[in-house]
Amino acid sequence: MSNKNLSTYLLVTPQTLIFILFLVIPIIAIAVISFWNFNGFSMTPGFTFSNYLGIFTSQVYLSTYLNTFKFAGIVWLICLLISYPVAYFLAFEVKSPQWQTIWFLICTVPFLTSNIIRMIAWIPFLGREGLLNQALMGLGLIERPIEMFLFSDFAVILAMVQLYCLFMVAPIFNSMIRIDRALVAAAKDLGSSGFQIQKEIILPLAAPGIAIGSIFVITLVMGEFATMRLMSGGKTSSVGYLIKNQIDSLQYPMAAANAIILLLLALLIVSLILRTVDIRKQL
Amino acid sequence: MNKSKKSISYYLLAAFFSLFVLFLYGPMLGMFLLSLQSPEGTLTFPMRGFSFYWLQSVFGEQRVGSFVDAFGRSFTLAIIIASITVVFSVLAGLAFRKQFKGSSTIFYLTISSLIVPSILVSLGIGILFSLINLPVQWFSSALAGHLTWTLPFAFLIMLGIFSRFNPAYEEAARDLGASETTTFWEIVFPLIAASVVGVGLLGFTLSYDEFTRTSLISGASNTLPLEIFGMTTNVTSPSLYALGTLTTIFSFVLIGVALFTMQFLSRRQTK
Repeated sequence: MSNKNLSTYLLVTPQTLIFILFLVIPIIAIAVISFWNFNGFSMTPGFTFSNYLGIFTSQVYLSTYLNTFKFAGIVWLICLLISYPVAYFLAFEVKSPQWQTIWFLICTVPFLTSNIIRMIAWIPFLGREGLLNQALMGLGLIERPIEMFLFSDFAVILAMVQLYCLFMVAPIFNSMIRIDRALVAAAKDLGSSGFQIQKEIILPLAAPGIAIGSIFVITLVMGEFATMRLMSGGKTSSVGYLIKNQIDSLQYPMAAANAIILLLLALLIVSLILRTVDIRKQL
Repeated sequence: MNKSKKSISYYLLAAFFSLFVLFLYGPMLGMFLLSLQSPEGTLTFPMRGFSFYWLQSVFGEQRVGSFVDAFGRSFTLAIIIASITVVFSVLAGLAFRKQFKGSSTIFYLTISSLIVPSILVSLGIGILFSLINLPVQWFSSALAGHLTWTLPFAFLIMLGIFSRFNPAYEEAARDLGASETTTFWEIVFPLIAASVVGVGLLGFTLSYDEFTRTSLISGASNTLPLEIFGMTTNVTSPSLYALGTLTTIFSFVLIGVALFTMQFLSRRQTK
């Protein structure tokens, strides 16, 4: 190996070591533990499928998985419906690059602040005596405050959409900003309607951004438990929350088995998305 | 669309965008206002009185622990994470300027760190530490967890920066006999300095606010997000909002300083 090559490998070594030590090895450790025996109190090394069988045969677990998918799907769809027009506005309707940067930064800043705090900030709006209930009662639409706003599926979805939609806006914006304006102008000159331009030009060219955003939003929702815990008041569960609870009660092999299934499901979804769209050009 | 006159779609999209910005900032503003209530304030509107009572209460001893300590830990951790993230991602970015054997494997390994559900990282590192009999601590295991989140982002940004980088400057320096180290510090670094500040800011804020990848592995002493999360279940006074307000303002100030520095550095560069 030449001197030049050696220095290249030295340069990537620190970062790669971090991922081998703290990503690859830990996942292998989880996989190993997921086959260990668990007697209700402690775990012993071994090779059993009972942790997995326990998951596949339990109605509670299966419905928790379905619930996780439900939330991931709903949050993903809402994020997409919000992010596409937002990104389009920034990329095509805001003409000056300076204002594009400023507006994009304004969208980004909240995402650099604490997620937990941003969840807490919903309490004055969604609570029993929150602004939403007060407004609805003031309008005479409801007589008694609706309890369900805070600590409900609605609150979980609302908070997740607010927490994660930038992960959709940014990649779509990034794809759209690269679209050659001449294409759009040409289509217009040839008499295309606005809808046709969206369908034939912008949507296909923004697809890689949508794919990247979708991967982010779906894996973020699948891998977390804080929003689920805080905004549902512990009423709804997700696999992340389930894993967290199992660890709190020291059921490590069960938690590990759930984690491995969650990882495989996430990888399956990511590979399905990557099959439909080629994202390599975006990087 | 006409240049002189904006179309209807412009106004519709502008209205939609404004609602989006309101959706992002509205709850935050509500929290700011409610943290400024007088001591008899509650968790909901209308505001009851006006004072700095709750903001001051944050600095006092709380029932669930001291936030000043948790803030100190989170701040220290974020500084360490930002430094490591900057150094490692710049090094990796330098290497990735050309193709090398194994580069795509390393690329996918890095990206996969973003895709792996966060709870797995937390659980995995926790298990790893217990297998090798090390106690989990915010400055060891949590530090590792944070790096798996900040490094991929920083790496992607660095790839973007170096792909726009004109190698002619470097080659000129090398032709004139400058060593690799001199070339880096005299030529490359000043050109990427503004972006490095940006990556540092990103590393800092991602770490400072990280929750899930810290949650199972912070050990006995909590980081600030964990401390606040614990507080949500048993604190029902506006001190919760006051804490939120203060940490958010801290983030805003930090972002402002970083943006200003980046502006300054890139302006100096174009001179």
